[in-house]
Amino acid sequence: MGAIKAVNDEQFQAEVLEADKPVLVDFWAEWCGPCKKVAPVLEELATEIDSIEIRKLDTDANPEITRKYDVMSVPTMILFKDGQPAQQLIGAQPKAAIRKFLGQ
Amino acid sequence: MSEIRDVIIIGSGPAGYTAALYTARANMRPLVFEGFQFGGALMQTTEVENFPGFPEGIMGPELMDQWRKQAERFGAELVSDDVTRVDLTGEIKKVWVGDEEHRAKAVILATGSAYRPLNVPGENELMGRGVSACATCDGFFFRDQQIAVVGGGDSAMEEATFLTKFASKVTIVHRRDEFRASKIMAERALANPKIEVAWNSAVEKINGEGGKVASVGLVDTVTGETRELPATGLFIAIGHDPRSELFKGQVDLDESGYVKVAAPSTKTNLEGVFAAGDLVDHTYQQAVTAAGTGCAAALDAERYIAALEDAAVAA
Repeated sequence: MGAIKAVNDEQFQAEVLEADKPVLVDFWAEWCGPCKKVAPVLEELATEIDSIEIRKLDTDANPEITRKYDVMSVPTMILFKDGQPAQQLIGAQPKAAIRKFLGQ
Repeated sequence: MSEIRDVIIIGSGPAGYTAALYTARANMRPLVFEGFQFGGALMQTTEVENFPGFPEGIMGPELMDQWRKQAERFGAELVSDDVTRVDLTGEIKKVWVGDEEHRAKAVILATGSAYRPLNVPGENELMGRGVSACATCDGFFFRDQQIAVVGGGDSAMEEATFLTKFASKVTIVHRRDEFRASKIMAERALANPKIEVAWNSAVEKINGEGGKVASVGLVDTVTGETRELPATGLFIAIGHDPRSELFKGQVDLDESGYVKVAAPSTKTNLEGVFAAGDLVDHTYQQAVTAAGTGCAAALDAERYIAALEDAAVAA
């Protein structure tokens, strides 16, 4: 479903850290209610915003990257720029708040 | 100008969706502002064991999803936006989402309640870095760690019990010497070998190390002594406050911010404005009671609209 591609531990380096554009990664989990709220919002944003790539990472299946970036709460959205985590947003947020976070 | 609807419902927990279901079935074509926190408090729970009709229990988010679909099936129009402003005082009620105005003859308020923060140093800074208000969301990240839960009610018991699936030890921090939780929930928690209780203890501050929670500063509510409880996670479950900010100054509220209604009806002080669920109820706060008052609000609104129409015919 949707425009947002999943990314896993193995792909993370190439597809997020070495990406040409800034990448927003949605760290999510199947059991998390708030993640289900934010997912459709991110899907909409993915079709509306060109300058930032949006990806999602299942924290349950990808412990390595989850631990590396100290994700202790889902959803956590981290904006990666030039291979570095630039900003993070924790918890489900309304669309306007995510837009603002992304500077869009 | 937007059309004038029969009814607008603000909120989307058990009360909001039940009101939506009933008004939709009465052909009132309800417009429901689910708000960004759609699904209400049950979205944060795991298994709901006490909702009648589900002998095996049902997952909170699944129950809400079914509820939503049932309202939609009968024609409720569901919008996921947050309402930003209301004018409920006139005969035609106005509800805004940003600059977008919506109008209706009746409004049902069912915005529920929001998690209550501890308001202690470290809480905001460490939110999502060990401080959490959602055990079902974040418990997984505390595998084999020592954590704490603050609170003494059912949600604290549920969270603590749930968290033992992951954590090596869970300390329930409670400011009194007994829980206010239901007996079954309290007994289940107390019987759990991974759960300890810090009685007569209040959280004074949350200490971070390297940007993550390292310990919790406790103060004894009887002796005033302070101590540090090592914990990498702190789950806050001290209750909820009614989400009534939007209606303040228009709808009468009690001193705790709950909307006042003329019980057993759901009528507020304003004609054509009804309120239901946790927004009103500081006593029971159950999914089934919220659904019950949501239904009552729908029927009250339906009768109100019918009376308006009768008056229009008579005039």
